[in-house]
Amino acid sequence: MSSEQTPSQTVGPYFAYTLTPKQYGYNFTSIADPQMVDEKIQGERIRITGQVLDGEGAPVSDAMIEIWQVDAAGRYPDASRQDGFTGFGRVGTGTDTHNRFWFDTIKPGATPDGQAPHLNVMVFMRGLLSHLYTRIYFSDEDALNTSDPVLENVDETRRQTLVAEREETPAGTVYHFDIHMQGASETVFFDV
Amino acid sequence: MTFLPRDWDSHPPLIYSDYKSTNLRGPTLPLVPIRHSGCETTGPAFGPQYLGQLDHDLTKNAQVNGEPLGERIVVTGQVRDESGHPIPNTLIEVWQANAAGRYIHVVDDHGAPLDPNFMGAGRCVSDDKGNYRFYTVKPGAYPWKNHHNAWRPNHIHFSLLGPAMATRLVTQMYFPGDPLLDLDPIFQGAPAAARHRLVSRFSIEVTEPEFAIGYVFDIVLRGQTATPVQH
Repeated sequence: MSSEQTPSQTVGPYFAYTLTPKQYGYNFTSIADPQMVDEKIQGERIRITGQVLDGEGAPVSDAMIEIWQVDAAGRYPDASRQDGFTGFGRVGTGTDTHNRFWFDTIKPGATPDGQAPHLNVMVFMRGLLSHLYTRIYFSDEDALNTSDPVLENVDETRRQTLVAEREETPAGTVYHFDIHMQGASETVFFDV
Repeated sequence: MTFLPRDWDSHPPLIYSDYKSTNLRGPTLPLVPIRHSGCETTGPAFGPQYLGQLDHDLTKNAQVNGEPLGERIVVTGQVRDESGHPIPNTLIEVWQANAAGRYIHVVDDHGAPLDPNFMGAGRCVSDDKGNYRFYTVKPGAYPWKNHHNAWRPNHIHFSLLGPAMATRLVTQMYFPGDPLLDLDPIFQGAPAAARHRLVSRFSIEVTEPEFAIGYVFDIVLRGQTATPVQH
């Protein structure tokens, strides 16, 4: 009985009808969606949006992004949770005109162990044989970002790749976060 | 609690030049180490309550006017960790081409027929012993444009959450004896010593008489360290 890790393989170009069917209009139920909150869930409403850019700066049209986050109080949702917040969102980059991903969620709180508010991010796409992990921090949390133990461990010149820029729009608060797979602004990916 | 590291002797590299689209999409700088906290050791919980009645039967969950075409198969296996402990109650999502090698996805322009009675989307949850099972038809091979005369071997895509964000795995299950495996840069992207773990095994015991050919595909996710790491 082998007990060595099963190798990863690419998600490929055709994941949407199973993994993000509602967003893409396929007739199959979605367990996770870019719309992560409804009126019952407490917290500051935010939208996160951005593109995944390849080594030539071209937007990737067949990436899938997942996020896992705490609630506004810094707690990870578990199965006993009553308000329906799963803390888990999933979106493909193939339905937006500019191949943007987006999540409508609540701003996460700081965690009890002293980490600045952030979203844990997983990145999948055709051409990526093993998925990647990164994090989205928030530009209006300078003080907490400065003392965050994970950011502290990242080369100072690259920390900015992990910080989303806040913008107030008529539709609400939007954070912009592009994921650069390569190039001068290559996003920091973690060996989680 | 913390999880054993991703074993890079088991997983494909981020740039594997024979698989051409990795060249502009794989990051070039080393991954940055991260010490596990609650962020990495917790994860979304999707149990059986999230399943539709026919999610585990791809031969039935998209029927319009009859059975889908193709060779009916049953796929089963155990999800466990590196210590051999079963991983119960974990969500497994699967997707695949139909028996003719055509995906229902709108981006697929391969000139093989769609099957009006088959979508190729399914999901199931492992039971208390880590075992899962679903029914489908054997997917066909299909051409892709990676290189001249490139064909993907028959395969089923798997997505697993496992108990934590750290155990997330997306992979593909292949079929024994497929001559295309030796020529496929996606399969070959996995390190040589680990590739066989991606190939299911035929089982006459799992095969259901006069109904479906059986394949076994066990999946091993990252294990947990027995004791907290001392710093």
